[in-house]
Amino acid sequence: MAQPANRPVFAPWNDPNEKPLIRFQNVTKKFGEFVAIDDLTLDIFRREFFALLGPSGCGKTTLMRMLAGFEAPTSGTILLDGVDIAPIPPNKRATNMMFQSYALFPHLTVWDNIAFGLKRSDMAKDKIPARVEEMLRLVRLEKFAKRKPHQISGGQRQRVALARSLAKAPKLLLLDEPLGALDKKLRQDTQFELMDIQEKTGTTFVIVTHDQEEAMTVASRVAVMDHGKMIQVDTPDRIYETPNSVYVADFIGDVNIIEGRAVRKGDDKYAIAWAEGQPDILGTSSAAIDQGTRVHFAIRPEKVAIASERPEGRANVIEGTVSDIAYLGNISTYKVEVAGGRMIKAQVANERRLARRDITWDDKVFLSFTDTAGVVLLK
Amino acid sequence: MNRRFSWFNATSLTLGFAFLYLPMIILIIFSFNASKLVTVWAGFSTKWYGELLGNQAFLDAAWVTLKVAVLSSTLATVLGTMAAYVLVRAGRFAGRTLFSGMIYAPLVMPEVITGLAMLLLFISIGLDRGVGTIVLAHTTFTMCYVSVVVSSRLVTFDKSLEEAALDLGCTPFDAFRSVTLPIIAPAVISGWLLAFTLSLDDLVISQFAAGPSSTTLPMKIFSSVRLGVSPEINALSTLMISVVTVGVITASLVSKRSIARQRAEEQAAART
Amino acid sequence: MNLRRLFLIGTPYLWLLVFFLIPFVIVLKIALSDYAISIPPYTPTLDLSAGWEGVKSFFAALDFENFSFLASDALYWKAYLSSLQIAAISTIITLIVGYPIAYGMAQASDEWRPTLMMLVILPFWTSFLIRIYSWIGILSNEGFLNQLLMWLGIIDTPLTILNTNVAVYVGIVYAYLPFMILPIYAALEKLDGSLIEAAEDLGCSRASAFWLITLPLSKPGVIAGCFLVFIPALGEFVIPSILGGSSTLMIGKVLFEEFFSNRDWPVASAVAVVLLLILIVPIILFQRNEQKQREANQ
Repeated sequence: MAQPANRPVFAPWNDPNEKPLIRFQNVTKKFGEFVAIDDLTLDIFRREFFALLGPSGCGKTTLMRMLAGFEAPTSGTILLDGVDIAPIPPNKRATNMMFQSYALFPHLTVWDNIAFGLKRSDMAKDKIPARVEEMLRLVRLEKFAKRKPHQISGGQRQRVALARSLAKAPKLLLLDEPLGALDKKLRQDTQFELMDIQEKTGTTFVIVTHDQEEAMTVASRVAVMDHGKMIQVDTPDRIYETPNSVYVADFIGDVNIIEGRAVRKGDDKYAIAWAEGQPDILGTSSAAIDQGTRVHFAIRPEKVAIASERPEGRANVIEGTVSDIAYLGNISTYKVEVAGGRMIKAQVANERRLARRDITWDDKVFLSFTDTAGVVLLK
Repeated sequence: MNRRFSWFNATSLTLGFAFLYLPMIILIIFSFNASKLVTVWAGFSTKWYGELLGNQAFLDAAWVTLKVAVLSSTLATVLGTMAAYVLVRAGRFAGRTLFSGMIYAPLVMPEVITGLAMLLLFISIGLDRGVGTIVLAHTTFTMCYVSVVVSSRLVTFDKSLEEAALDLGCTPFDAFRSVTLPIIAPAVISGWLLAFTLSLDDLVISQFAAGPSSTTLPMKIFSSVRLGVSPEINALSTLMISVVTVGVITASLVSKRSIARQRAEEQAAART
Repeated sequence: MNLRRLFLIGTPYLWLLVFFLIPFVIVLKIALSDYAISIPPYTPTLDLSAGWEGVKSFFAALDFENFSFLASDALYWKAYLSSLQIAAISTIITLIVGYPIAYGMAQASDEWRPTLMMLVILPFWTSFLIRIYSWIGILSNEGFLNQLLMWLGIIDTPLTILNTNVAVYVGIVYAYLPFMILPIYAALEKLDGSLIEAAEDLGCSRASAFWLITLPLSKPGVIAGCFLVFIPALGEFVIPSILGGSSTLMIGKVLFEEFFSNRDWPVASAVAVVLLLILIVPIILFQRNEQKQREANQ
């Protein structure tokens, strides 16, 4: 999603010869009895924009704080460029962090905030001003250099924090919910800016977020976490199209989950019996599934078509009654009650004006989708 | 609170503040009384101020008090700030409960007991009582007030500021010096002021800790007050009240102005 | 634990151990010593150089003679009881005086409240001694209060107030009023105004809304204020010795006189130990109240 299509595909994770920049090896972190990170193994590659996604308390922030050096793993090792970073204190690490609260020093000007880390590095004193100016240009804040943090707006503060953490040209930049404090409109603009800056500087970014849209937009790979474990690590499109579990399918975007028993119908095709007297749902699974296993069939609402006449030539057709319609402007979501009182959502782009809509409440409708539109999930 | 200011509120505020301030106002007025009789007005005069300034014993006591207050409040600020930092930031360590107990106990301890305990310590380790022992005693009880003031500021201090400093290459001490300290400075300063005032004001603990040659101003006032009201003490009280009043009002105006300015700047920033 | 951390924790820790905790151990020890050994000049009987034997002989020498002396002499337990009584009565008066002031402050407009707040805090920064002293001129026989009352024709002969317990009550209420006002004001100030409006909307009169909503919700502030007055009042020395009379019995004063006039250190120490034991109960209750409030705020 984040890659322009006309360039060679950036996928170092598929290249067995590529050495990872960061390697987590069986890392566990406990706070007393509480297990924040549970035997986690993960590689992150150079120049990646890697997103850690999950609900609060899933361990994503702990993972990041271990990279920054504010927490030490209880067991396991973290390698940065092949070197174990456990004994290195935060102030000696080649990583920098952009804090959720920005953590701008309120008593220092924007200029001094950006210069703060440089003054404590081995950079020659006379080179510092040039570097600060360069960073100010990068985030377009040249005019605000002499202001204090409380004299600039929230979006500008966010950019100062970014400039400050990039100033020392770290091998790895950690971003903890970097856009969480911005309003929606500003957040979207800033996402593109972040991607732009990441590309310009060539720095490896690891971003922590609970906002799935943000993760999908900016990241080259997304790691979905829950209870200290990695559930799925993949590119945004694969996370969305082929989630490996109900948890991931449900966490990313909107989804219909239908439970049933699977029967094999060819290579990767399965028929799922989901309700008495209803035709089986035909779906696809990359993993082999034993006959009669209980499975979950997941399908995105926008992949479900809705029509008042029975459509021809679709692999799956389900009958139902419209129980609710949510009009969202660009799209409408229909909640359709099908056999056994189940609700299935179908999403339709509103290409026509509302007045000409032909489906309304309590109408009998037909939902249809192809046999590759949904995925069959085991867990 | 929905604010509907009634006549009842107005009356209770008027009476309440009259109760709080009338005694001091009367005291100030009568410090300018020409008569030695402190309750009968006999015309305006500043002669008691003159006599006060000519009274070597009072001046000596004032000098001792000031010396003690500056030394002990400075020492207490250093120790109290360290203690606050330990309380808020050091996490778990052996004897933490005892430590926080020792910080909070002096706040509720009757002064007679603290004073007695101090004196018995000084005697048992054979320390000669004098200015030095008063400084030690004052430092001990005022450092607890400092640490309460500073730790309440540290609790609301965004810890990620310190982490950011470490992340940008500071050693822990450098992070404290260049980030934490400048930000909590107002709390440290008010801690110092509080310690200074408490030391200036203290009678009971000084009484125990002082030797025969070291008399502080409150001790001097106390011994003369026991003999009854004297216009000289009224004059001295007036001077002390004025210094404090001017100080507190200035401080509150300064902080009010800086808060207002900060707010205006924040609003201006939000509009850009 | 690294050296820096050791230094940071160790310095204030050691200071408090030496100058706060050890003195109390000494007080306890002297309270349990014989009168004869403890008369000044005092020499420590705990001989640590003798090792365990020294400690053993030290404990062997301890006795509770001083405490039984306290119990047998009516002066002491009367002083404790009278301190408790004076502290309790003045706490109640302070509450009655302080609550309406705190309530008035909370009802005042936004631009007035900082000023009112400053007016409450200002006396706290002025000398305690001077504030108590200022009442001598008011309460004495020729004082302003008697002059005023006689001028108004309410009395013909001056009332004796100074050097009585009444003067002590006045002094305590006056000195500790800010401690009562501030926590109550803090509780009232964060009270959500829509609660009162909701109560009135549901049919309460203004008075019953106050009684049913405002008062119960300000309870934590009231409790905190009461302890903040009661605890220091119990061990008060300055107020009873300046405003009280020879008949005013307060334990702080007794301790002071026992030590400085009678030079009886073991008894003074025993008095201190018992006072501490009495104080533990309200202090623990106060801590509980604070803890509960902190939890409620989270």
